[in-house]
Amino acid sequence: MSLTQVSNSNFYVRLPVSGYDLEHLRRETQSVFESDAPKTVIYQLAEPDAWNSKTLAAINLVDAISKKYGTPSDYAALPEGVGKILALSKPPVDDGKNHERSAADLFLLVGKKTLDAVKSSRETFAFIGEALGSFKRLFLGKAQYQRSDLAGFIQAVGPQALPIIGLVNLLLGVILAFMGAVQLQQFGAEIYVANLVALGQTREIAPMMTAIVLAGRTGAAYAAQLGTMQVNEEIDALKTFGFSPMDFLVLPRMAALAIMTPVLVLYADAIGIFGGYLIGMSLLGIGAVEYVVQTQNAIGLGDIALGVVKGSIFGILVAITGCMQGMNSGRSASAVGDAATSAVVNGIVAIIVATAIFAVLTNALGI
Amino acid sequence: MTDAKISIRNLTMAYGDFVIQRDLEFDIDKGEIFIIMGDSGSGKSTLLKHLIGLMRPAAGSIHYGDTDYWGGDEATRDAISRQFGVLYQSGALWSSMTLADNIRLPLVSYTDYSERDIAEIVSFKLSLVGLAGFEDYYPSEISGGMKKRAGLARAMALDPDILFFDEPSAGLDPISSKRLDDLIIELRDGLGATIVIVTHELASIFAIGDRGIFVDADARTQTALGPIADLRRSPPNEKIAEFLNRGASPNEGQLS
Repeated sequence: MSLTQVSNSNFYVRLPVSGYDLEHLRRETQSVFESDAPKTVIYQLAEPDAWNSKTLAAINLVDAISKKYGTPSDYAALPEGVGKILALSKPPVDDGKNHERSAADLFLLVGKKTLDAVKSSRETFAFIGEALGSFKRLFLGKAQYQRSDLAGFIQAVGPQALPIIGLVNLLLGVILAFMGAVQLQQFGAEIYVANLVALGQTREIAPMMTAIVLAGRTGAAYAAQLGTMQVNEEIDALKTFGFSPMDFLVLPRMAALAIMTPVLVLYADAIGIFGGYLIGMSLLGIGAVEYVVQTQNAIGLGDIALGVVKGSIFGILVAITGCMQGMNSGRSASAVGDAATSAVVNGIVAIIVATAIFAVLTNALGI
Repeated sequence: MTDAKISIRNLTMAYGDFVIQRDLEFDIDKGEIFIIMGDSGSGKSTLLKHLIGLMRPAAGSIHYGDTDYWGGDEATRDAISRQFGVLYQSGALWSSMTLADNIRLPLVSYTDYSERDIAEIVSFKLSLVGLAGFEDYYPSEISGGMKKRAGLARAMALDPDILFFDEPSAGLDPISSKRLDDLIIELRDGLGATIVIVTHELASIFAIGDRGIFVDADARTQTALGPIADLRRSPPNEKIAEFLNRGASPNEGQLS
């Protein structure tokens, strides 16, 4: 059965409850208007009082075409409710602007992304500048922050992270020892496992892994905390009281990471070396004293200092990415989630890039 | 009440290139309750952000007394900002602190009262908003209405000359909303403070508003300014008539 029919120059649209296709109806209507130019569109229901949203959509669709041709519609055969609801549907406002979201053109997209990148790097530098200003005020004793906050953050960043950082670094020491042992055993040089573990752990692995754990643990937490404060207008409230959110919120968080990361790196060094020692003693048959002496000969204060310096810089990077994402977060639940995700991702990328720069520098300087 | 306290001239507000409102021009007199009305998306809360120093005007000026609020440096702005209290829509209490600490912080930072005096003042401010005994609660442990009241206690911490309210009755039941309105009137009468309220709650507008401005989302500028009673009696246009009369029952129609 066809939905439409032309008789006496009238276009009849007879709509059942279901079993038809709107696209098909559109094509049919279009071709009728092109060929027959009907005088009126008359709507009918296949069964009395049986209509639904699809019926309305169908009428709306046919009306859109008939209006283009200036053809009037006759709703007399339709129930009263249908007419009332149809009257509610208004065409889009024509204010000369296109409100539809068009598929972005490539140049537009590239341009927009470039401008975004410029904007975000400007924001990053502005943030770092403001943070430095806060640290300056801290050293001059003018920064407004709560000492109890700083203590709380130090507790959360340092002591509370000991178990996870201990576990990760113990296992990394074990893995390093195993990896080295397989190769070194071929030359009967198992004792050098101590060198490998000690050097690898203090110079590279302890600072990097500690910072990565902190990025996931602390950076994300900072971004989420500050982002939520943004949503709750807490940051606005600080500003209107004349408190600098930078001093009040960012400074203690950054200071806590800057203070605690080097300490955690030292702890990670010790635990990692202990992991290597366990493997050396138990599986490779190296004597305890022998292992310790070999370790002492392998690393100097310089190696440990390098790791600690790297750790402090990584800690500051984690703090900057975490706090910046939080402070610049949008004011919605998903924006806070995005901020936390970006804090972790950017933090880890920053750590790896910094590690690579350190590798080049230490090599070039012979440290 | 002729002594103009806040004067807004030619104010244009914009987010980037998108202009929200232009050419706003009005005065808020000392001691009055001034209402900022408008339809959704008209920029009422944005206007408030300009008045309290959170957003810089795209053009135009805001004067507090004789001082140009945005024309001077940050120190001048901070000095003026310290004369006002702001109650945010959600209360905006600092979530890591107890209610007492929320009120204590501005007092510790900006007054030289002793620790003991401050504790007394804090308790007194909390008792003013009916929260005596809740000193050691954290914001997460109290209800939305209590958060708003605690936010008000904090806004009053430094005995402000001007109090700003962002949608005070949003999310409150009619009884709490009425109590907050009564409290606002008492504060005005008691402290002599100027009160600026962003709201579209008709009951509040009629009950407490002295004068008001209507910012229109379509016209993108102010379409009405004057005493609330006058606006209601002879609305300057159809939209304001519709806005002010919607929901008003016949017995509310009598103006006192």
